[in-house]
Amino acid sequence: MKGLVEIYVQQFKTTLASFVQYRAAIFIWMIGHVLEPLIFLVVWSVVAQSTGGSVGGFTGADFAAYFIVMMLVNHFTYTWIIYEFEYRIREGLLSFSLLRPLHPIHTDIVDNASSKLITLPMMLVAAVILAVVFRPAFHTVPWAIAAFIPSLLLAFILRFLIEWTLALAAFWTTRVSAVNQGYYVAALFLSGQVAPLSLFPHIIQVVAAILPFRWMIAFPVELLLGRLTPAQALTGLAAQTVWLAASLILLRGIWRAGVKVYSAVGG
Amino acid sequence: MQPTTPPLAIRIRDLRKTYVVTEREPGVRAALRSLLRRRKKEIRAVDGISFDLAPGEIVGFLGPNGAGKTTTLKMLSGLLHPTAGDLSVLDYVPWRRDKSFLRQITLVMGQRNQLVWDIPAADSFELNRAIYRIPAADYRATVEELTELLELGPLLRKPVRNLSLGERMKCEIAAALLHRPRVVFLDEPTIGLDVTMQRRIRSFVGEYNRRFGATVLLTSHYMADVEALCRRVIVIHHGKLLFDGELADLVRSFSAHKTIVVQLQDCQADLHAYGEVVSCADGRVTLRVPKAETARVTERLLADLAVIDLTVEDPPIEEVIERVFAQEVL
Repeated sequence: MKGLVEIYVQQFKTTLASFVQYRAAIFIWMIGHVLEPLIFLVVWSVVAQSTGGSVGGFTGADFAAYFIVMMLVNHFTYTWIIYEFEYRIREGLLSFSLLRPLHPIHTDIVDNASSKLITLPMMLVAAVILAVVFRPAFHTVPWAIAAFIPSLLLAFILRFLIEWTLALAAFWTTRVSAVNQGYYVAALFLSGQVAPLSLFPHIIQVVAAILPFRWMIAFPVELLLGRLTPAQALTGLAAQTVWLAASLILLRGIWRAGVKVYSAVGG
Repeated sequence: MQPTTPPLAIRIRDLRKTYVVTEREPGVRAALRSLLRRRKKEIRAVDGISFDLAPGEIVGFLGPNGAGKTTTLKMLSGLLHPTAGDLSVLDYVPWRRDKSFLRQITLVMGQRNQLVWDIPAADSFELNRAIYRIPAADYRATVEELTELLELGPLLRKPVRNLSLGERMKCEIAAALLHRPRVVFLDEPTIGLDVTMQRRIRSFVGEYNRRFGATVLLTSHYMADVEALCRRVIVIHHGKLLFDGELADLVRSFSAHKTIVVQLQDCQADLHAYGEVVSCADGRVTLRVPKAETARVTERLLADLAVIDLTVEDPPIEEVIERVFAQEVL
């Protein structure tokens, strides 16, 4: 355990040092992260105004709150691992990680977490600016804030594991960008990034709840905004835990199978 | 605690690796057909080789491109799963990639880098220290030693992307050896480097082998590397073992010729009658003669002509290797 902590600390330093080399790139990347929810926010505010002030129980100010929190949660849980994995396998970089006495997922965990830490202050500034401009309405309650923190952590780990597992498709196909594209579109709709899930037809909501999508992103947002009952919150945390356990098992199995394929054909 | 040394560092018996590749004819029609049915073809990259390496041995692993050298090294380091055959390195089965196995080996590939591009090598070293769980005192001693041997000094503080190819290679090698592996696989460690840098790395590999008693298996296209470092060489071609023995024996058994160089007083003499004239300039003639004829030709040359100087040499090692590769099977 002590050894792993040391690895995490060193990896964190390494990531930090690499990151500061790419300030401009990070800035542009963050603009994208702000722009996407901003566009949805503006569109839905206009729709709310033109339909007499609210859509499905969301006023303009509710949408503002929803998309600002969505922006932060999405940022907190985001990974780029599917895109990255294809490159690793194609360039033979995976061979080096396989020769180290450490599971490669650890590097990714630290990489991901440290990049979040670095960009978090800027995202908070963006959130404050958006809040000043769009005047969001929060109906949150203290217990929901308390439940939000574990739900956000679970959401991050769940999304990380799911996307890491999907990235392993690179062991079987050189066209992971297609996998990525399909996954991205599904996530856009089913995790509440385009619109709150409650605005979708019932069947879509059911699908989003059965699949992990809602639990990776939308759930913490709904929770923090005070849109869930305590029972719904508990159900949500349970669903996150179940999916997390399932994705861990999935990841282990697929990783083993993938490495087997990799070591059969060579990297 | 130092684990006990097994009697063999590397043991390979009838090792095979077959790749299955899909292939198709060029053209649209063939492309469409391949959507439905793919033609599979088996490629035997390694086709039943056997050899052993004793602990502390340094062996040159030779063969033309595509002979199966890298495939063998990848199987030895645990990246590839053999199709058939027995394989053990330090008594481990490599493809299981046990952590304790990985802590005792290293694979350096001359054309690939593991150092993080944007940060100084020293930072990557620290990361390796943590990953390999190297005790602080050992780490300091090893870094100091490697810094001295490879003259790394100022290089360690510069971002890796600002280093020249040779400088980067030195840092790569150091990073790969921080955990003092007992078995070292070097795949073309000097490729693309200038002669000075090649020599530096070459002498370093020898020194590392001597100081730490590490077992080294080295592939290189530069025969100078092999000549300087390896008494024993293993030659493979088309995945099969062609030769395993002393470098000197390789030269002896594969060169049917000797080279005779004569310096003559008379610059115009025609020596075609004595053997194949390889070169001729300023009275200095290089002849290639069948090995069995050497003594007789030398005698005749000395008797017939005004010879100032005469030497008999084995052909250059490159030439021998070329001859070995040209032969399919012994």
